Amino acid sequence: MSHKLLDLINISKSYDDQMILDEMNLYIRENEFLTLLGPSGCGKTTTLRILGGFETPDSGRVMFDGKDITNAPPNKRALNTVFQKYALFTHMTIAENIAFGLKIKGRSKAYIDDKIKYALKLVNLEGYEKRSPALLSGGQQQRIAIARAIVNEPKVLLLDEPLGALDLKLRQDMQYELIRLKNELGITFIYVTHDQEEALTMSDTIVVMNQGYIQQIGTPEDIYNEPENAFVADFIGDSNIVDGIMIEDRLVEILGAKFECVDIGFGTNKPVDVVIRPEDIDLVPVSRGTITGRVTHLIFKGVHYEMEVQANGYEWLVHSTDMVPVGQEVGLHVDPFDIQIMNKPESEDEEAVGIEE
Amino acid sequence: MKNKKKWLAAPYGVWAVGFVIIPLIMILYYAFTSQENGTFTLVNFAEVFSANNMKALLLALLLAFVSTVICLVLAYPLAMILSSRSVSQTSFIVLIFILPMWMNFLLRTLAWQTLLEKNGVINGILSFLHLPNMSIINTPYAIILGMVYNFLPFMVLPIYNVLIKIDKDVVEAARDLGANTFQTYSKILIPLSLPGIVSGITMVFIPALTTFVISDLLGGSKILLIGNVIEQEFKQTNNWNAGSALSTVLMIFILISMYFVNKYDKDGEGGAVF
Repeated sequence: MSHKLLDLINISKSYDDQMILDEMNLYIRENEFLTLLGPSGCGKTTTLRILGGFETPDSGRVMFDGKDITNAPPNKRALNTVFQKYALFTHMTIAENIAFGLKIKGRSKAYIDDKIKYALKLVNLEGYEKRSPALLSGGQQQRIAIARAIVNEPKVLLLDEPLGALDLKLRQDMQYELIRLKNELGITFIYVTHDQEEALTMSDTIVVMNQGYIQQIGTPEDIYNEPENAFVADFIGDSNIVDGIMIEDRLVEILGAKFECVDIGFGTNKPVDVVIRPEDIDLVPVSRGTITGRVTHLIFKGVHYEMEVQANGYEWLVHSTDMVPVGQEVGLHVDPFDIQIMNKPESEDEEAVGIEE
Repeated sequence: MKNKKKWLAAPYGVWAVGFVIIPLIMILYYAFTSQENGTFTLVNFAEVFSANNMKALLLALLLAFVSTVICLVLAYPLAMILSSRSVSQTSFIVLIFILPMWMNFLLRTLAWQTLLEKNGVINGILSFLHLPNMSIINTPYAIILGMVYNFLPFMVLPIYNVLIKIDKDVVEAARDLGANTFQTYSKILIPLSLPGIVSGITMVFIPALTTFVISDLLGGSKILLIGNVIEQEFKQTNNWNAGSALSTVLMIFILISMYFVNKYDKDGEGGAVF
């Protein structure tokens, strides 16, 4: 896990004066499942296309295993891509599709036949050799696209929103499939998605991007529990993001009430953003609450109830297994370690970037 | 509801019977009857296979074949370039390309005659520049030039229509799997655009094979194609029976060649003619 396999150094890219990537730096370790996560237009797909060789950065370098591959064409890179819309060759059978890369490399027929069998087994589509890709379902086509890529034994597999066109159930099944594939093959996966749940489920490392900038790099737990800014907190999961004032170390004032927290080093009386996840708010009797509010909405979600509680001029989103009827007064309490303090964005621009999405 | 919709096809039905089916039956009637007394005979077909007619047919096949190949070689790269640009970028190129087509077919061909003549515009310019004159008017080359000029759009458009429908991802996938530019064309793009190529070949080859106007105007009266022979039978010799027999044979030729061409068009997509 320690070896730097891919290294993007100071990558910039713009189309028609529109900046897509700005001085981006990112490295990917061997055997890692790394996800580029962000809203559409954040530059994640462009990053993947630069890695695949379909785009050339305006400036910066792409290093692969210590070699500069910035200007190498796609066919000269030891990476393979799985496209969002599968991009299967409709004039060929499944077997011919899978054999395509190997035939070009001039492998023997016996080797190719073996590989086709192995790849179809790996994606659970044994016996599909003679069929036409057009007759397969979306999920099956995606598996064939994966099989077609992995028979070439790439060091890195690039996946561009590969599950985007599939329905929910199939998408969840495929998530497990992909994790299993990655573990069996032992190759590096770079995955692009706008679906935060997909990213949290599969990744070793998540790179959250917005407007051409990397917002945060970390494990799924880091990203979820310790978002570095309001954008990340808002993009990953539900959250309450409120203005606060850091009175001193371990004490923050939120909407006029003082909350204990665990964060230090922000200075005194400093304005900050505060993130509290809805499941981290405890509903307690009024007497024990840090603040008091009234339940305004209640929805049963299956695993939990989702409630909105009007308190101190803010509509708090609360997830709880306990049900409190609409209209009832209730106390809100948050454990100190469940309060996440973040610096306010430094400029107006940066803030606009975060809120608009 | 269903019947109502069927009635909407009635006007075309009348048209088709009046101007397609009845004429075809008349051609067959004339082809199989004698000129003198209108009785059944195969004499007309015996005439078809005369040495002169065969020569005209073979020459027509050769020129149509050469023109089709030239059109294909010119059209494919153009269609390729057009399909890789956005519509706003291509509309100007398409306009320039289509503009001459808005002029009458006869006028265009007459214009070529004026350009190519012995004392025509091109030779005038060449003389002015003290360059040797060329004399391609009244040669098969002039006929090929006329055919290519007139029929090129019918090759470009079907190929373009198929190419714009090919997902760019497919090309990138081929590159990604190790194919170089040549392999991407030979293994992916050309096979996928085959229906358009077949359609284009059909739409160029048939009119080129049967034309008599282009060969008349650019070939002089010396070069006879099968189309000219048929024209002469009807208009000069006034032998409708022999002309009909020739037309029938030509039609059979076209049907056979289309059968072979369409065998390569597995999907039937873009094969607009059959």
